[in-house]
Amino acid sequence: MSLVDIRGVHKHFGSNHVLKGIDLAVEPGEVVAIIGRSGSGKSTLLRTLNGLESIDAGEIEVDGTALKAHQDSAEQLRSLRLKVGMVFQQFNLFPHLSAGENIMLATTVVQGMDQESARDTAKAMLLKVGLQDKFDAYPDQLSGGQQQRVAIARALAMSPRVLLCDEITSALDPELVNEVLAVVKQLAAEGMTLIMVTHEMRFAREVGDKLVFMYQGLVHEYGDPRELFAQPRTPELASFISSVM
Amino acid sequence: MTVEFSLWALLQSLADGAKWTVALSALAFLFGGATGLLILFARMSRSRLLRQATRVYIEVFQGTPLLMQLFLIFFGLSLAGLEVSPWLAAAVGLTLFSSAYLAEIWRGCVEAVPRGQWEASSSLAMSYLEQMRHVILPQALRLAIAPTVGFSVQVIKGTAVASIIGFIELTKTGSMLANATFQPFLIYGLVAASYFLLCYPLSLYAQYLERKLHVSR
Amino acid sequence: MAYQFDFPAVFDYTDALVTGAGVTLGLTLVGALLGGALGTLGGVVRAWRIHPLDWAFRLYVEVIRNTPFLVQLLFIFFGLPSLGVQINEWQASILTMVVNLGAYTTEIIRAGIEATPRGQIEAAQSLAMNRWQTFRHVVLRPSLQRVWPALSSQVIIVMLGSAVCSQIATEDLTFAANFIQSRNFRAFETYLVVTFLYFLLALLTRQLLNWVGRRFVAPRRPCSPEVR
Repeated sequence: MSLVDIRGVHKHFGSNHVLKGIDLAVEPGEVVAIIGRSGSGKSTLLRTLNGLESIDAGEIEVDGTALKAHQDSAEQLRSLRLKVGMVFQQFNLFPHLSAGENIMLATTVVQGMDQESARDTAKAMLLKVGLQDKFDAYPDQLSGGQQQRVAIARALAMSPRVLLCDEITSALDPELVNEVLAVVKQLAAEGMTLIMVTHEMRFAREVGDKLVFMYQGLVHEYGDPRELFAQPRTPELASFISSVM
Repeated sequence: MTVEFSLWALLQSLADGAKWTVALSALAFLFGGATGLLILFARMSRSRLLRQATRVYIEVFQGTPLLMQLFLIFFGLSLAGLEVSPWLAAAVGLTLFSSAYLAEIWRGCVEAVPRGQWEASSSLAMSYLEQMRHVILPQALRLAIAPTVGFSVQVIKGTAVASIIGFIELTKTGSMLANATFQPFLIYGLVAASYFLLCYPLSLYAQYLERKLHVSR
Repeated sequence: MAYQFDFPAVFDYTDALVTGAGVTLGLTLVGALLGGALGTLGGVVRAWRIHPLDWAFRLYVEVIRNTPFLVQLLFIFFGLPSLGVQINEWQASILTMVVNLGAYTTEIIRAGIEATPRGQIEAAQSLAMNRWQTFRHVVLRPSLQRVWPALSSQVIIVMLGSAVCSQIATEDLTFAANFIQSRNFRAFETYLVVTFLYFLLALLTRQLLNWVGRRFVAPRRPCSPEVR
């Protein structure tokens, strides 16, 4: 069985039918890159995977925890979110907490870890993203790239089975993009399951195991990134690739 | 000795008092607005002395009780040899009080106009007065309407303090009626309701203007 | 004939001034603590739209914000006893300050909470935090930080407004002024000195609240393993 199973997912925003029946499976250790024009539903799809958006029809299952349309109790959401980490475009670090405290907050409050172990975990996570000396730095004292790496460390500290990345380099100055991508690449190499909405086509081709091209609320093409980039099967993907590369 | 009043007579007396509350508020708001405009220009002028002096003026009026301001004006004017009625002292006091607050509110609005507007109009070779007249003030004015209407509520509520220096308006009328009728709960309830009727529409209007401004931006 | 100012006539009563200033500060302190607590509750209830309490708070806020402090004081001091509630001038003064400040604080804190960026809530949700944990650890402190200057200003406004509490014989700074000028017949000098004292109290309170804000609302303490 797949680690993430998405079956027949529909989503409306008012009269706007954003997801029109998505089917997708993600195996453990896979890196899935989701691309598409803005408005194609790619971010919405990602956000349904940890319940930030409810779904109107279909089912999402992550590592045995299922979420159906109109069946998302607080308990189900909690159990899903313990398995699914998320990193946002705008970092969303908590501004009143230091980098270390940002990481320690959920491990102590949600997982009930004691302060000492939480501190050690935070330290280890910061080391992983190359920011071991920034434990006591506050978000406003960090560059965008550093903030995003802390955000990744914060998500990793919860030991998620899957990490969702929602355009995590789009808000960064160009010279800061690579330090964040390097961290993601390292996670991929360590076997982390990653689902990422991205505009970094080169990164998607190099690091991705699967490419999902979304078009008008549907998975329009799916397959090996290198093959699809070399030989798009549909004119829509071809035109998208030529417009962004 | 308790004097019996019908509810109708009570309301009639309170309405008479409310007239003076409205008159004092309107006068303080209008004169305060005019004075406030002068203070605003001084506060934003190029003369350091004027800027400092008006800053102190505003801080003093915002940093001391309105009641003390009224006392000082009442006793200060009589020291200066003027025949002071509570009406005059209250009118002068609330005018100065309003001018300080309005000048500060309006300064905030002028400063909220983006710097780029100054730079763009400078680059078109406009003089300071031309910039103010044609570019800055029209935009600041739009921002200023909602908080200015909102402040009128503060002025109306402020006039209640004038009752303490003996000006017979709504609150003072209420106190006298409460003493005469021994029905403080009813009387002060009616007084509060009267203020609410005066203030609430203005508050709602200020909120409406505020929302409209946010939507259009 | 020029008027001869006589300020020593005021300073003969320094004790009364100090006591009065202490009472004004004390009233402000109690009013700020209780009013702040009431307003925080109200702000949360309004921001979370907890029915039907949010309607009660909305009504309360509108009534208080659209009536004068002095009328609220008179209603509480003279009006409540006719309902059988016995209340002395101290209780009435403090109650009025709490009720008044509570209403303004409700609005300020509601605005602060509602200004929380959506991303903050989503980040907390994605870390599996529940509604209460999110509020307690992610929303509350930054919201308070955002509105701390507005809260401080409101406390000072209420402190200055409390001058009218002397009207029901609460022995605050204004009461001291009235007492002194009835003895030395130097009304102008007395009120000038007392006005200056209020100005100082306002400055002092502003500084104190700034310090509290830095120290407790937005503290930054290192806690890395090396530092500990």
